Amino acid sequence: MKKFLNNIDNMLIESLSGFATAHADLVELHLEPNFLTRKNKAKNKVAIISGGGSGHEPLHAGYIGYGMLDAACPGQVFTSPTPDQMLAAAEAVHADKGVLFIVKNYAGDVMNFEMAAEMLPFEHDTILTSDDCAVVNSTYTTGRRGVAGTVIIEKCVGSLAEAGADLQTCKALGDKINSRTASIGVALTSCTVPAAGRPTFDINETELEMGVGIHGEPGRRREAMRETDAIVKDMVDAILTDLKPQKNQEILLLVNGLGATPLMELYLIFNTAAKLLNQHHIQITRSLVGNYTTAIDMAGASITVCLLDDEIKEHWDSPAHTPALRWSI
Amino acid sequence: MSLKTSFICESAIAICAAIDSHEAEIESLDRAIGDGDHYINMKRSSEVIASMVNELKPLPPDEALNKIGMKLLSTIGGASGPLFASFFMSMAKVVKHNGANNPLEIAAAFAAGVQGIMQRGKAELGEKTMLDVLIPASTTFTISAAAGKSITEICQAVKAAADEGLENTRNLVATKGRAAGLGERAIGHLDAGAKSCQVMIHASCNLLLKS
Repeated sequence: MKKFLNNIDNMLIESLSGFATAHADLVELHLEPNFLTRKNKAKNKVAIISGGGSGHEPLHAGYIGYGMLDAACPGQVFTSPTPDQMLAAAEAVHADKGVLFIVKNYAGDVMNFEMAAEMLPFEHDTILTSDDCAVVNSTYTTGRRGVAGTVIIEKCVGSLAEAGADLQTCKALGDKINSRTASIGVALTSCTVPAAGRPTFDINETELEMGVGIHGEPGRRREAMRETDAIVKDMVDAILTDLKPQKNQEILLLVNGLGATPLMELYLIFNTAAKLLNQHHIQITRSLVGNYTTAIDMAGASITVCLLDDEIKEHWDSPAHTPALRWSI
Repeated sequence: MSLKTSFICESAIAICAAIDSHEAEIESLDRAIGDGDHYINMKRSSEVIASMVNELKPLPPDEALNKIGMKLLSTIGGASGPLFASFFMSMAKVVKHNGANNPLEIAAAFAAGVQGIMQRGKAELGEKTMLDVLIPASTTFTISAAAGKSITEICQAVKAAADEGLENTRNLVATKGRAAGLGERAIGHLDAGAKSCQVMIHASCNLLLKS
């Protein structure tokens, strides 16, 4: 393993400190328990809080700021944060309209957020994201996994909360988007958890893992490496089978890098996916390409499709100002 | 016989030592059908609890149990934190409200702890998890206590139930927990979480058998 680090035990804190310093105009880091909040606390809105294991940067702290999250709780690498972090974050950012947790569907995250919710002295609710259509039940999950589609939910629900909507309305939009979003990932290499020091799984030069999870969990199957058009066709087919879109359906197409795949290749994937979707008479009217939900240093990518409607479009297009997503502001 | 904080503390130390001496076995089980970090989590959490016995000693038993739960919750992370925390916090509630002044009351508190894990993990018997040890151990504890058996007889019966529950995980397909997703591939392996619970139950029972 060759990585930029000083001392493995300090790696997370040093990285979080760098993040907070680099984006000091937007975020503030709180330690013991660890959580990040907006630099300027928002008033009179539902407080949107997310969190999860580290290693998926910029998820979630990168989406703190106007139009998205109020706070994020980072756990250790690929390990859920703990309820004391969520309680402290909720205490810091709640603004009299309740607290909404956005949680990726992994057993550890679900249970820790659930225990925090039970102890919260405020009105609260939780959106559980489960956009990964690759597998049902896996190493850390009962049901489908929550992956890159979470970014779309954080963007749109954040926008709705900013507009002053109440807790249940925000929760309902999140659930709606989750039900209209599907993702699937593919890995060309494993990731390496720094504390483990070796790759999470073995995969050779001639193989790919179809349907990989964002921690390197197994997907649908190990397959032979082949040209990208063929790989992307299988991914798009899996998504279309899951979402069953109507003809002329408008969609948001997100091609997400898993950490070690360059933008040049991500755009190549987008090119193929767009052509295939056009052949199915699906209209890509919103798009996003880049590293938005990563798996440390995995070479690989995921494709996410969200079936748009007017409400989702309005909140996707609205202004956001966060370290990792910024537009119209 | 009533549940005393001194026993909780001695048990914490005995469990820590027992986990340590079963390192190789627990690790190899988790490597086979888990994600490989179960032993490290168990070691870290049992050490944290063993190191706080001086803080626990002056507390009544229910507060000591609750404090253990809260500590596990903020220390472990992942899924095991909330699961073990739910055990101790659910147990603490029953000890506080109903007392733990005889084997039957202690068995009821233990059963509440196991129920806490089932609710938190939304899991049942036969899913290849720690519950496959905990549920039969708890049932046996309650039945033996209700039958008026001696402490020695209860401990021996509970240990035997834990052993049998562990062995039963070998031929189960995992539908919850660390091995879910492996399907048929998990058959033939014992579950690491079940093994850890069997080790902990033995450690606590052996402590009572010695005294």
